[in-house]
Amino acid sequence: MKRLFPWAVLLVFASVPLWLNDPYLLNAFITTGVFIVAAMSLNLLLGYTGQLSLGHVAFFGIGAYTSALVSLGFDVELLFGIRVVHEPWPVWSGFIIGTLVAGLFGYLVGKLSFRVRDAYFVIVSISFAEVTRLVALNWVELTQGPLALTSIPPLTLGLPGIGYFDFYSKQSNYYLVLGVLVISYVIISRLVKSRIGRAMVALKENESLAVSVGIDVTRYLVLAAVISAGMAGAAGSLYAHYLKIIDPDVFLFLYTITMVIMVVTGGKGTLAGPIVGGLIFGFIPVIARSFAAPEVQWILYGAFMILILFVLPQGIVPAIEKWFGVSNEADEARQNTPSSAKTQDAS
Amino acid sequence: MTSSSQTSTQPVLTLEHIAVHFGGLVAISDLNFVVHEGEVVSLIGPNGAGKTTAFNVVTGFMRPTKGEVRYKGTLLNNLKPHQVAELGLVRTFQRTSVFQNVSVFDNVMIGLHRRGRSHLWDTLLALPRERQSERELRDKAREILGTVGIERRANELAGALPYGDQRLLGVAMALAAEPSMLLLDEPVSGMNPTETMRFMELLTRVRSLGVTILLVEHDMPMVMGVSDRIVVLNYGRIIAEGPPAAIQGNPEVIKAYLGQGAKRRAGH
Repeated sequence: MKRLFPWAVLLVFASVPLWLNDPYLLNAFITTGVFIVAAMSLNLLLGYTGQLSLGHVAFFGIGAYTSALVSLGFDVELLFGIRVVHEPWPVWSGFIIGTLVAGLFGYLVGKLSFRVRDAYFVIVSISFAEVTRLVALNWVELTQGPLALTSIPPLTLGLPGIGYFDFYSKQSNYYLVLGVLVISYVIISRLVKSRIGRAMVALKENESLAVSVGIDVTRYLVLAAVISAGMAGAAGSLYAHYLKIIDPDVFLFLYTITMVIMVVTGGKGTLAGPIVGGLIFGFIPVIARSFAAPEVQWILYGAFMILILFVLPQGIVPAIEKWFGVSNEADEARQNTPSSAKTQDAS
Repeated sequence: MTSSSQTSTQPVLTLEHIAVHFGGLVAISDLNFVVHEGEVVSLIGPNGAGKTTAFNVVTGFMRPTKGEVRYKGTLLNNLKPHQVAELGLVRTFQRTSVFQNVSVFDNVMIGLHRRGRSHLWDTLLALPRERQSERELRDKAREILGTVGIERRANELAGALPYGDQRLLGVAMALAAEPSMLLLDEPVSGMNPTETMRFMELLTRVRSLGVTILLVEHDMPMVMGVSDRIVVLNYGRIIAEGPPAAIQGNPEVIKAYLGQGAKRRAGH
């Protein structure tokens, strides 16, 4: 039953474009899906290693800009008259390069800032995001600054012999985002259930104890940062190719906060948390828009967030698990100990 | 793993002229001692004598100001704690000895980290090696919980265990890290007599696996009961060293430590 649940949820969401014809709502599903991927990547850092990255949007934005620039091409003059000309590449390569470049920045930020932990890491991550925003805003030759990068081509997938497919329609973009979301979910779920995930949780819970059994702190924190940043970059790339326009506002602090809200209300350190939180806070503005003035929408948004955290401080998913008495860990541990339980009964 | 419980002559851990200064404060002034393979050595002394500091220096949590620490010939001075653990030198802590919000079983699984063989790609692609490695680790975890005697509590959160069981779990985790030498920092402090007895039995079992043990402890009956040799520290230097019987009779030790303890105990 419990094993089938994720498949049932996936089936429901896979059917959405079949019965939902409202382009506005489908658009809301797609952008929400993109932010859920970003929130899931943040959850890997915040929920499993315990490090709060308040500059997570930087990786999202880097993925978006890199992917867009690779597929649009650029022509910039660097210092000392060195000129770099890049001809447009296929869009799928933009997606991959965007993911990799974001991951690379995750590595750099991770290496730099995991020497300083906790509050210092928060500050380093905020500053990093602000720097990337200013670069996007002021390096006009590359990014066109506030004029934005426009006419970004949709993601395409060319399969030799079979044909050529571009993700132009809303329906196809919906399935594209759903696919990336599922892959991200599988990656995170495999990671956190493995030895690597246990090492991350150990570092969050008690660092001295973790290193005393031989866990290399820096290695696992940097690994989490790289995977998390790469995933956020992939989400950013999807965002750019879906909207077809990207401006320095993708680096706004507000988006980081949105991701944090999604993770914390849904339940940090749980696999389903960012999905549940993401759906709620992705759709509150959509639903509120139909009956409330813009200011009232934001008040509703804030009030709802406070309400959730006031009633369920651990987040929604842990509360549900507790309510039904199905803690994931206990469930797995039960699977882990059938033989010892049997021997005890026999003795 | 050797099963001889007799002391061999091979020194595994050596501390030479170790000094630790915190600013102007001298925590350890000049510490020299060796631990031989398979031995149980206790480090005793009044509070503030430098026992835990010595532990921290050996396990890489602190750098000595002067001197050299070697384990099986490897210089430990500049190693990080996880690198020291890699060498088979594993410690437990005085208070925070378990991951509170993690199940007992997973605590041991974390302790088994060093034995895992799967790499990132095995995990991400769910390759057979990942599953096999995890299966082996789970079997090992069950075995270790059995050795320590808390397998019935495998599914509970570690923080929900009674104090004595938490201490046992701490040792289970340390054992999971495959130590050739175990450093226990006040393992029975706060335990009741029954729990202490259980713990001493466990130590005997661990020792029979060939694990060398260095113990810091205040519980004198236990120290006298399990140790081959005792090193007495006071004000950061060694004031006596020898087998339990010799230490019990040493006048300087009685003056510095046992005397006060005996008086306090008599007062109760």
